Amino acid sequence: MIALDDTDRQILRALARDASQSAGALGRRLGLSQPATWRRIRKLEQAGVIRGKRLRLNAEALGFGVTVFLGVKLARKGQVSLADFERAVSAIPEVQTVEHVLGLYDFRLRVVARDLSDFERVLRRRIMTLPGAGEVEANVLLSEERRPGPIG
Amino acid sequence: MLDDMDRRILRQYQAGPDMTAAELAERCGLTQATCWRRLEAMRAAGVIEGLEAVIDWVAMGYTVEVSLRITLEKSQARAFDDFLVAAREIPEVLEIQTFLGRVDVRLSVIARDLAHYQAIYRDRILTLPHIADIEALMHMARIKTDEALPV
Repeated sequence: MIALDDTDRQILRALARDASQSAGALGRRLGLSQPATWRRIRKLEQAGVIRGKRLRLNAEALGFGVTVFLGVKLARKGQVSLADFERAVSAIPEVQTVEHVLGLYDFRLRVVARDLSDFERVLRRRIMTLPGAGEVEANVLLSEERRPGPIG
Repeated sequence: MLDDMDRRILRQYQAGPDMTAAELAERCGLTQATCWRRLEAMRAAGVIEGLEAVIDWVAMGYTVEVSLRITLEKSQARAFDDFLVAAREIPEVLEIQTFLGRVDVRLSVIARDLAHYQAIYRDRILTLPHIADIEALMHMARIKTDEALPV
């Protein structure tokens, strides 16, 4: 784990908001030279603190009006079915994220669909038919906020 | 409205957000100028909202992540608003989502270790207003994280 100072945190916060800005532009705002800023970004990337970049798209503008979080319980457990389930569920294009969790459910899925009837199709044809899929709970997303996290 | 080429650009860009403009254009079989013009149009239309750095909280020393599924006291008219305002004040809260379903709100909370999580849970979460019930899911592993849209 690397030690971060306030400037690193500011850089991290700025890049989490907008990773398209150049080291020069970011440095100017923080009162750093372009090479100094670049070195710090490089250090954060090498330490794995910055894992990569993600393109933020407007799901609604692209016709995906519904996001549903699914809690899935496996009907049968064991190494083989767990790996099979993970592989099969990750291959479904509408499934955006798959998390293995401990608690009420075994997996937590984020699923996008055009509308509720499209979601029903994905649920019935693709998710309920997955190897080992058991009980499923669906919660339809109404609003979502991402917070900057403890780097303020 | 988007055409097939726009969708192709989005697919390629989602798959490789680190690509340079030149690489992206080449992957799509476009000139850099055409590719840039289409990207600009999609930004202006609000289809592309931006590019963000993904922070690895584990590398930052936050090894614990918990999903808290919360049911609120809906007899209180301001339950949602009060709860959301208070939840935003907790630095370790990464995501706040509201739902239609069995659960009202979900908080994604990170902590350095279980003792730290216990402290956040006791001092910050349980003191949030209008909570009727909380269920916790402990994150074990992320299997798929790209959040790509099937455009």
